[in-house]
Amino acid sequence: MIVELGHFALILAAAVALAQGVLPIVGARRGDERLMAVAPYAAITQFLLIGIAFAVLMRSYIVSDFSVLNVVQNSHTDKPLLYKITGVWGNHEGSMLLWVLILALFGALVGAFGRNLPQRLKATVLSVQAWIGVSFLAFILTTSNPFLRVAMPPLQGNDLNPVLQDIGLAIHPPLLYIGYVGCSISFAFAVAALIDGKIDAAWARWVRPWTLGAWLFLTVGIAMGSYWAYYELGWGGFWFWDPVENSSFMPWLAATALLHSAVVMEKRNALRIWTVLLAILTFSLSLLGTFLVRSGVLTSVHTFAVSPSRGLFILAILVIFIGGSLALFAFRAQSLSQGGIFAPISREGALVLNNLFLTAAAATVLVGTLYPLLVEAITGDRSVSVGPPFFNLVFTPLVVPLLLAVPFGPLLAWKRGDLYAAAQRLMVAFGAALVGVVLVLVLAGFDEVLAAFGIGIAIWLIVGALSELASRAQFGQRPLSVSLARLAGLPRSAFGMTLAHLGVGLTVLGIVASTTWNEEVIVDMTPGETIIVGGRALTLDGYRIEDTANYSSQIARFTLRDGDRVLSAIETEVRLFTSRPGEVTTEAGIRTFGFSQLYVSRGELTAEGVLTVRAFWKPLVTLIWLGAVVMAIGGLLSLSDRRLRVGAPKPARGGHVVAPAE
Amino acid sequence: MRRVVAALALFVGLAAGPAYAVLPDEMLDDPVLEERARNLSAELRCMVCQNNSIDESTAEIARDLRVLLRERIVAGDTDQQVLDFLVARYGEYILLKPRFSATTLILWITPAVALVGGTILAVATVRRRAAGGSGPELTADEERRLKRLMDEPPSA
Repeated sequence: MIVELGHFALILAAAVALAQGVLPIVGARRGDERLMAVAPYAAITQFLLIGIAFAVLMRSYIVSDFSVLNVVQNSHTDKPLLYKITGVWGNHEGSMLLWVLILALFGALVGAFGRNLPQRLKATVLSVQAWIGVSFLAFILTTSNPFLRVAMPPLQGNDLNPVLQDIGLAIHPPLLYIGYVGCSISFAFAVAALIDGKIDAAWARWVRPWTLGAWLFLTVGIAMGSYWAYYELGWGGFWFWDPVENSSFMPWLAATALLHSAVVMEKRNALRIWTVLLAILTFSLSLLGTFLVRSGVLTSVHTFAVSPSRGLFILAILVIFIGGSLALFAFRAQSLSQGGIFAPISREGALVLNNLFLTAAAATVLVGTLYPLLVEAITGDRSVSVGPPFFNLVFTPLVVPLLLAVPFGPLLAWKRGDLYAAAQRLMVAFGAALVGVVLVLVLAGFDEVLAAFGIGIAIWLIVGALSELASRAQFGQRPLSVSLARLAGLPRSAFGMTLAHLGVGLTVLGIVASTTWNEEVIVDMTPGETIIVGGRALTLDGYRIEDTANYSSQIARFTLRDGDRVLSAIETEVRLFTSRPGEVTTEAGIRTFGFSQLYVSRGELTAEGVLTVRAFWKPLVTLIWLGAVVMAIGGLLSLSDRRLRVGAPKPARGGHVVAPAE
Repeated sequence: MRRVVAALALFVGLAAGPAYAVLPDEMLDDPVLEERARNLSAELRCMVCQNNSIDESTAEIARDLRVLLRERIVAGDTDQQVLDFLVARYGEYILLKPRFSATTLILWITPAVALVGGTILAVATVRRRAAGGSGPELTADEERRLKRLMDEPPSA
C-alpha cells in the first residue's frame, strides 16, 4: 500500500509538473498574474510529491520490502543499513528518481526564494524547468519505474554489489547529480531570456550563484570519484579519461567557463549572447553525461541497439532539449542586445581567453569521448579507441596556456587593462616559479625539463593568486597595519577567487609531482621479506582473515620502518563477498606523510605463501584532491558573499540601504 | 601456526585477489627495456575490457599481450615496430591513441579547429564591436520617439 502511494505521488508529481510547464509561461506571455502565480506553488508541490516517492522507495530499502522488484534486484538483508540507504540510488531506477528529486528541489528553491525576481522571468524559468521535469518523470514512469511489484516476493534480495559498498562511491553520485542538475537552473534562465528576448540585471545576478553552486558540487563530486578510483582500483591512478569520468568533466569545464563569463555579464553587462549560449551548452553536456552513463551506450553501441527503449527515450529528451534550445538560440540571439565594449587587453579580454580555452578543452573531451561510439555506429565495427594517451597529448597543450594566463586575469582592469603593470605586480610569482624550475633541474637533472616546467606553472599559479590579494591590500606600499585592514575589508568573493585559483595550482603541483616522481615496486614477497619504497623499508609480516556480516577480508599485514624506527603498520586487503562468489574488491593500504602517500596493494597469493605486492611512493599526491577542495572552498566563500546572497539586495528594514563594499 | 595454515588455505582456496596487472614474472631484467615495455603497454587497449590499457588490465589476453610485446622488445624491435606488429595482428582498435587517418581526422583536428575558430570569432567580434563602438542600437520604436522629441518645438 505504501509503495503504491509512492507510485501515485510520482504520477501526481508528473501532472503537477505538466501544469507548471504550461500555466505560468502562458501567464507570462499574456501578462496574467494569476497564472504566473501558479509557478512557485507548483514547484514546491512537485518537490514534495517527488520527496514522498523517494522516501517511500527508501523505506522499502530500509525494511527490505522484497515485494518491490527494485529492492529485490538491488538489495539484501545482510547489507549494513548505510548501504541499504545508499543502495536506493545505486541502481538505474533509483538514481533517476534521485535526479528528478534534485531537479524539483532546485525548482522549489527558485520558487521559494525568488521573491525578488521579476514575476515574468520567474514564471518562465519555472515553466522551462518543469519541461525538463516532465520529460524525466515520464521517462521514469514509462521505462524505469522503481515501484514495480513482484507477484511472489522472495525471501532474500539478489544484490550486495560489493563495489557499491563503499562510502566514497555511495555519496559520489548525489554530489555529481546536484552539480549536473544545478546547471538546469542557468539553462532555464537562458531559455527564459531567449523567449522573453531580454536580459536584465536580475538575470546575471541569479545565474552566477546557481552556476557557482552547481560548479562547487561538480568539483567535489569529481574529486571524490577520482580519490575513490585511486584507493579502490589498486592501480594508484587518479584519472583514467574513462567515458564515465569524461561525462562529468565536460560539464565541469563548461560550468567553469560559464562562471567566468557570468562575471563579465554581471559586472560589465558584456558577453551576454555568449553567456546565454554557454548556459545552454553546460546543461546540454550534463544531459549528455546522464545519457552516456544511463543508456548503456558506453558498453557498446550494439548493446544499446538491442534493448533501446530507455536509451532512445533519453536520447529523445537529449535531442529535444539540446536541439530545441539551440534552435531557439539561433532564432532569438539577435534580439538580445549587445552589452558594453572592451579592449582586447582587459579583464573582459582575459575572461574571453579563459572561455576560449575551456570551451576548446570541453570540445576536445566531447569529441574524444564520442568518437569511438560514432565510428562504431557508422562503420558497424569497433575500429577506433580513444584513451588516456590521446587525451594527455591533446589536453596538455590546451591547458598550459590557460594556466599561464590565470594570474594575469584578476590584475587587469575592466574595459582597458595594462599588461605591463600586471606583469610588474607578478614579478614575485615569476621569480618564485623560476626558482622552482631551476631547483628541479638542478636536483632532478635535465631529463625532467617537462616536470620542472610543470612545477614552475604550479608555483606561478599559487604565488600569482596570492600576489593579486597582496596587491589589492597594497602590501609593501602602505604600513602593514593599513594593508591588513584593507585585506580584512576585501569582499569574500575576492578571497573566493584567490582560493579557487590557488587550488588549481595545488592540483597541478600534485599531478606533476606524483606522476613524475612516482616510485613503483612490483614484486613477489614472502613473509619476513623487506622492500624499499620511497626511502622506507616495507616488511611483509603475514596474513590474516577477518569475517564481517557480508564479506570476508583477506588481509596482508606490513610494517613500515624508517631505518630502525617503526613508523606504522600497513594493511592491504581483498574483500570476498559471500553473496557474489568470484567478485572481489580491493582496499589499498595507504599511509600519508605530509602531502605524500605510501600506497600498498596486493595481488595473488600462491599456495607457497608468495604474495604479489605493488607498492608506490607518490610524492604530493594528496594535493590533487586537496586542490579541488580548496577550489570548492573558494566557491563557497564567493557564494557567501553578501552581494550574491539570494539575488538582488533586499529593502533594508531600518529604512536606509547599506551600499555593498566594492 | 594452525591458524596461519588455515588462513593460507582459505586465501588460496578462494582464488583470492584480483590478478595483478603487471606481474613480477613478466617483467624484463633490463630496466631500460622494461620501462619501454611499460610505456608501450599503457598505449595498448585490453580488447575485452571496458576501458583499460593492458598495463592495468587483469584479463588473460592482456597478460598474453604484455608477454608478447616484451618478446618483441627483447627480439630487438623498435617501439614503432612493436606497435605495427600488434596493429597488423589485432587492428587499429588496440591503439588507445589512434593514428592520424581519414577515419580519425576529425578527432585529431578538433582541438586546433576549436581553438583557432574560437579565436577568430572572438577577435572579429571584439574588433567589430570596438569599431562600431556606440553601445546598443536603438529600436525602431525608440528612433521614432527620439525623432518626435527632437522635432517637437520646445514648449514653454
